[in-house]
This record gives sequence, C-alpha cells and structure tokens, in this order.
Amino acid sequence: MNRQPWHDAAEAVLLPLLALAGALLMFGLWVSLGGHDPVQACTLLFTGAFGDAFSWQNTLQRSAPLMLTALCVALPARAGLTIIGGEGALVLGGLACAGLPYVVHLPGNGVGMSILLLAAALAGAAWIALAGALRQYRGVNETISSLLLGYIAIALFKHVVEGPMRDPASLNKPSTLPLDEALRIGSIGSWDVHWGLAFGVVLCLASALWLGRSTHGFATRVVGGNARAARLVGLPAHRLIVTACALGGAAAGLAGGIEVAAVHTAANASLIAGLGYAGILVSFVARHNPLAVIPVAILFGGFGAAGSLLQRRMGLPDASVQVLLGFAFVLILAGEALRGRLLPFPFLAMRPLLRAKPA
Amino acid sequence: MDAFFDVLLAVLGGAIRVGTPFLFVSLGECLTEKSGRINLGLEGVLVFSAMAGFGGAYLSGSPWLGVLAAGCSGALLALIHGLVCSLPRVNDIAMGIALMLLGAGLAFYLGKPLIQPQAPQIPSIALGGFSASGAVQAALKINALFPIGVLLAVAMGWAFANTRWGLLVRMAGDSADAARALGNSVNGIRIAATTAGGFIAGLGGASLSLHYPGSWNEGLSSGQGLIAVALVIFARWSPVRCLGAALLFGGAGALGPALQGVGVSGYYHLFNAVPYALTLAILVSTCSPKRSIRGAPLELGVSR
Repeated sequence: MNRQPWHDAAEAVLLPLLALAGALLMFGLWVSLGGHDPVQACTLLFTGAFGDAFSWQNTLQRSAPLMLTALCVALPARAGLTIIGGEGALVLGGLACAGLPYVVHLPGNGVGMSILLLAAALAGAAWIALAGALRQYRGVNETISSLLLGYIAIALFKHVVEGPMRDPASLNKPSTLPLDEALRIGSIGSWDVHWGLAFGVVLCLASALWLGRSTHGFATRVVGGNARAARLVGLPAHRLIVTACALGGAAAGLAGGIEVAAVHTAANASLIAGLGYAGILVSFVARHNPLAVIPVAILFGGFGAAGSLLQRRMGLPDASVQVLLGFAFVLILAGEALRGRLLPFPFLAMRPLLRAKPA
Repeated sequence: MDAFFDVLLAVLGGAIRVGTPFLFVSLGECLTEKSGRINLGLEGVLVFSAMAGFGGAYLSGSPWLGVLAAGCSGALLALIHGLVCSLPRVNDIAMGIALMLLGAGLAFYLGKPLIQPQAPQIPSIALGGFSASGAVQAALKINALFPIGVLLAVAMGWAFANTRWGLLVRMAGDSADAARALGNSVNGIRIAATTAGGFIAGLGGASLSLHYPGSWNEGLSSGQGLIAVALVIFARWSPVRCLGAALLFGGAGALGPALQGVGVSGYYHLFNAVPYALTLAILVSTCSPKRSIRGAPLELGVSR
C-alpha cells in the first residue's frame, strides 16, 4: 500500500464521522427496540439542534461551556495527561465568580466583570494544576486524582452555597446572592446567545495558536509525545505539564464563571449539570485538537438542545441523549483501531486488523 | 458521651452497610487489574447493574433473581470494555470513561419506569441478638450479600496464589510477553477477567438497589465505582486487604449521616466528601514518582 500524506488528514475527518454515523445507527436501533420510530428520532435530533434560528441559538448557547471544558481535557492531553476532573474546576470557577462580590466591592463595569472572570479562571487553574503537580511530583495517577478532586470541589460548592454563602431569600433552591446587574454578561447583539460563546471560540483559537505556533506550545507537545526524550533534550517537563494543566483548568473555571455571570446569575445546583463530563467526550472526538473542538462542541451542544424535543415529541426518557453520547464515545475509541488502515484500501484494511498484536 | 456512642455505633453498622458495594466493586476491579487492565467504567457497570437488579427483582418477585440479573448485566457491560480494549491502540482509561457515560445513560433510560415501585429486598441477617439495645440490633442487621463478599475475597486471595486460573490472570497482568510465550492468549485472559470482574461489581450494584439505600434512582451511585479503583491501589491488589479497605471507606461514608443523626448537620456535604479526601490522601502517601507501587501488576498503566 502506498500511503499518501493526505490519507492521514482524510482519516482524521473520516473516522470521527464514521463513528458518529455508527452511533446514530445504534441509537436508532436502540429507540426502535423500545417501539419508537428511529427515523423520527434522528430527524428530531438534527431539527432540534439546527432546524431554525431558535434552535441554533439554543445550540450555540450550550456549546459555549462545552468548548471551554473540552479545552480542560485537550490541553493536558497534549502534554500527555488524561484529566477528567473538569466538572470540579467548573463549579469552583462558578463559586469564585459568585463569591468574589462577598469579599470585595467591584466596579459595575467591564473592569469588575473581568476581575470576576479572572477569579473564576484562577480557581479552576489552581484545581487542575494541583492534579498535574500531584502526578509530576508525587506520582499520583492524574485521572483518578482529578476526578476525586472534582467530587471534593462539588462537596465544597454545595457546602458553601447551602451554608455560609446562602442567600436567605433563596428558599426552595439554595443559591448565593445574585450578581449585580452591571456585572452580568449580556447577549451578543440581538441574538439570544451570550458572550461566553465568543470566549469559547477565541480561547480555542488561542490554544491552537499556542500549541501550533509557539515554542512553549511545541515544547509541551514534545513532552506529551515522549516525556523521556523531552527530559533528555533538557525540557522542564514538570513545569510544562503543570502549566498545561493550569491552562486547561483556567478554561473550565472560566466556563463556570460565565455560566454564573451569563445564565444562572448566582451559584446554585443548576451549575452542576455534567458540562465538565460532556467536555471529556468533546475533546476525545476532536482528538484533543483545539480547532476541532469548536465544531464538535457545537454538534454536541446541538444534541443537548434536541434532547428536550425528543422528550416532548416522542416521550423518550431524558437520558436518551446520554445513551447516544455513550455509543458515540465507545465507537470513537474503537475507531482508533482503524487509524492508518482505513485508507487507501478500506477492504484490505480489515486483514491486518484481525491479525494485529495488542499494543 | 451518649452521642459519641451513637455515632460510633452508626459508623460501625454503616461500615458494613455502605461498605458492601465498595467490597464487591473493589473485588471486581482487583480481578480486572490483576490481569493488566484498568476498568474505570465500573462506575457505569455499578449504576447499570443496580438498575437491572432492581428491575429483575421487581419483575420476578425474587431478590436473588435480581442479584443474578445485576451480575449478568454487569458482566455484559464489562465484556464490551474487554472486547474494545483488545483492539489495537485503544486506551483502557479512555474506554473506561466512555463506559461510565454509556452505563449511566442506559441505566437512566431503561430505569425511568422503576423510580416509583418497590422491589423485594435482599434479606438482612440479624447479628445483634445478644444485645437488648434496639440501636445495637439495628446497627448489626447486615446485608446477606456481605458474608458472600467476605467469602469471595478470601477465595480470590487463595485462588490468585494457588490455582492455575489465578496464576494465569496474574501472569497476563505481570508480563504479557511471558503469557504469550507460554502459548496463552493475553487478550482472552483479560477479556475473561474483565467480564468476571464486571459480574462481581454487578453484585455491588444489586446491594445498592436491593438493600441499602434499597431503591432505584438516578443519584444512587456517587462515584463508588471510581473510589474502588483507588481502593484497590490502597489495598495493594490483595483481595483480602480489599475487605478491610471497603469497611474503612464504608465507615467514612457513614460518618456524615451518623453525625446528622445526632444533630450535627451543618457540615453534611463536607462529611460526605470524606471518602474522596481519604482516597486522595492515601494516593498521595502511597504513590511515588520514582517507583511503581508495591504489589502492582507490572502491565498496568496506572502504576507506571
């Protein structure tokens, strides 16, 4: 087989698309087992996500935090770490954003808003950097520690929101004091989409520039590719890895801050909606490439937006989108086995696969 | 002083009540990891099997058929993990995350109609007959699955050291090359171990939905499957030590509700986080960047 350079690029697009198509197929099969119409379910998924201006706005609104939490997986992954605790960084970011006005008086303008978001980013950065530092300096597996840190963060969040920082006026749903009107993030022009989307897109672009065009980003990728080789050429692996974790955590913390400042206006349990976990899937589908994160986040935000439509029109349980995402995740990972074998001859490709030795 | 005694008793009783699912999941994870793979997806397995066990008991009217259904559904989900991870270049940690999502999704989807009804429960064994105190008797009513788990832990510890199957699993976990050189299929052993581990973890799911808390809802499992991964590290891959670790974690998990029972309620959420903090503290104190943890299967990604 003579492999052309474009085969790699084509595969990078083709494999996730094939996996997603397979996931839709399995999802259709799944709902038809329950006696529902699979074609209607798949059509509703797309009309609910991208059918009209309203659903587009809903989709984009949901995709903004997904882009940021996906960066929390993607950036550490490029440095060689599997971080899955984005949810913890997100809730702490939201808490920092809602909590800062308790401590200091902020000017009701862009400066105050920037300080709030900065606090959110710092809180998230510290949390994920801790997981990275534990791995580098103490040898603690970062996947497990980041997840445990996430659970601890959620417990802290609930404790503070229902205890010391609770707004006495929030009776049924414990919340912090609502943010001052002037500190909230508004919509982009006449759209019903808040500025968080711009943050998500700009940070994805900036991350791609950092990884692809800067020396520091290049060094980070070298460490992620082969840590021993990186040490041999004298790269400060520990510092680079912890920095990548901090940057990823900052993105997730920012997501929490934006959700509070633009959507919920106060920190409460609505913030704990699994956005951090959905970001893991987005990042894996995008193969930890910040540029690919943008369209993938929009697609998955769209599935989220369509979920309620499936529930209303077809009476499917609200977990149906989660089932679809689960199928997609499994197939995306299984599809890795075909990498480098799909092109140029897909039919011959199956033979080496069957004979392959495990890695 | 009375309050202190009440808390102590509740923690002791809770150690068994809350610790039983921990015990089964950690034994399942232990078996999987001994064969050289890590299954983070046991969290998904736990939720899915809890739902299946509850559904099985509700539909059949027998809690033990429910337990069987839970075990088999756990094995099925773990089989997917074992098969996909056997494909070249599939990362078992990432696959575990996917399985976590898929298992929870399937469980919530299928379990929607099961939130309301009551299912027959696994019977309790009353060990507190010697005491006249009602509190002692209540605390010592233990889950009938718990003694099964204790026996299983001892049997697994013995089997790893003394049986052909146990040695095969350990060989696949310590040196895939050696296993291959002796003509064994490494993937076959790992798939079998993962599937059996899923069955054992599924029993933990049944304990959740059919004994304590004893109902099915979407918040049933709060990371027990993941804590089990850390718990196995804490137990340094020994099934018998898993028993002690599970009881310790059960006790830590029972601390929050126990304190709430005597009127200390302001720190409820923080006490609930004790098992996570404990796990993290254990990892920080036992891990080292310079060497892998003692007792760790050499092929395991998490210990490298």
